[in-house]
Amino acid sequence: MPLPGLRRFSVLVSVATLLLVVAGGLVTSEDASLAISDWPLNLGRLIPPMEGGIRYAFAHRILAASVAILILALALWQQAAEARAWVRRLGWTAVATVLAQAALGGAMVKLADPKTLSIAHACLAQLCFGFTVAIVVANLPGVPRARAGASPAMVPLLAAGALFVQTILGAAVRHGAMAIVPHMLGAGVSSALAMWAGLQVLMRHMETAPLRRAATLLLGLTFFQVFLGFAAWSSRAATIDDPQPMPVMIWATVAHVTAGSLVFGAAIALSMIVYWHDEPARPNLARGGMAVA
Amino acid sequence: MNKIWIAVGLAGALTLAGCGGGEKTETKQGETAAPAAATGATPDLTNGATITGKVIFDGAKPVMKTIDMSANPTCMNAHKSSPPKSEEVVVNDNGTLKNAFVWVKSGLPDGTTWQIPATTVELNQTGCMYDPHVIGIMAGQNIDIKNSDPTNHNIHPMPAINQEWNESQPPGSADKMQSFPRQEVMVPVKCQIHNWMRAYIGVVSHPFYAVTGSDGTFSLKGLPPGTYVIQAWQEKYGPQEQTITVAAKDSKTADFTFKP
Repeated sequence: MPLPGLRRFSVLVSVATLLLVVAGGLVTSEDASLAISDWPLNLGRLIPPMEGGIRYAFAHRILAASVAILILALALWQQAAEARAWVRRLGWTAVATVLAQAALGGAMVKLADPKTLSIAHACLAQLCFGFTVAIVVANLPGVPRARAGASPAMVPLLAAGALFVQTILGAAVRHGAMAIVPHMLGAGVSSALAMWAGLQVLMRHMETAPLRRAATLLLGLTFFQVFLGFAAWSSRAATIDDPQPMPVMIWATVAHVTAGSLVFGAAIALSMIVYWHDEPARPNLARGGMAVA
Repeated sequence: MNKIWIAVGLAGALTLAGCGGGEKTETKQGETAAPAAATGATPDLTNGATITGKVIFDGAKPVMKTIDMSANPTCMNAHKSSPPKSEEVVVNDNGTLKNAFVWVKSGLPDGTTWQIPATTVELNQTGCMYDPHVIGIMAGQNIDIKNSDPTNHNIHPMPAINQEWNESQPPGSADKMQSFPRQEVMVPVKCQIHNWMRAYIGVVSHPFYAVTGSDGTFSLKGLPPGTYVIQAWQEKYGPQEQTITVAAKDSKTADFTFKP
């Protein structure tokens, strides 16, 4: 069994990483990404004057540093206490991702926010959150130590992949590198895959609580995310003539970004849970048939 | 584990890659810097042609939106007498547009190098607004960027052709001298500490450009005889063009009309 303390700490790290995604979304929506023009210092000092966009940019930096420390601590704890090598590797991958993310953030400041780096920064943030979710799921009670001979859960994995592509498209729209049409098409494809994954699991495993919960979470978040997507788009259209980013647009967009992370995380979680629970001895389930008692 | 070290190394390399910076010159408050180039052709004000005109707004005068500076008391204090308004569309009392950039887009003789003015063009940050909202400069000419506010600003031009840069300017600090080496119409400028602050810079490789003021007129003087494409650009309504042929000492009119 995974250590309860380690499990709780992994949840804390994942929540902190999600908060960092929220903070990053706020920085972009407030158009404050370069409010602090130097890095790693802040206007030449440790603590800059707290005014305007500097508040958002500085809060994001502090939160990023805290999350990096938390992720490093999690990796070290897992290195000492975790028997499964792949879970330990997952921890170190998260460390590498958060360090690369910090370097990307610094490069964005030094190079005055090139679009490609901004998009990469937004996408890597989702990946980093995805790794922390995977660590949380790996530390859930009842997760088998090993699952020999199992094949990956293809539909949830496909959904997770499509949701990540959708993250790239969304970031490209947000940073002005692409029109919204591909992102809207991507929303259709990724939502369809997420719903397919969720419904398939519900049909096969309605009686298995962890799978039912994970699938319901993915379905609920997907619906919510589609709604938030419309809200973000319409709020942007409604405030296009305003001289500054308006609160309705800021919060709708940040909520959309946050829900995007949660849907991606839910797809990863479902993929892992299905992988561990899908019994190879029940091939009729793997083919999509109804459960046989 | 090797993969982790590769990723960490990549992150470090990215950090080092980001250590470059834009070219800049700083002067003490009030000092005027002169750009280097003092040779080249100048407009022939005696024999050259003149194109004058107005940039007209045809429609109901739009109500300019109020900028919300309530989260920034220092900025708010600068606008006690009247609330700060957006400058996206400023219609003058005579129905013309302020802040339109008019320039010769094409038609000038090939191969002519035009003299870069020794004077600087001021871009001031005052009341947490850029003043003026739109400026024109020649490529290579210095912009004198001032911060007259008791608060921090950052200046972030976002050119598509020239080098992008971003610098902070604390209150009371020295003016910043910056220039753009290549022609680009227009270069948006923003402050990301105060997200409503916007300015536009027209960077042109010759001296035939103008920004309309409170009378909405422009004048392009000393043009060599030829056929020119004249473009008028407005922040919200975009560019319009006219083709005009002038002979020596000609004086022609070209009015532009923008509709909402």
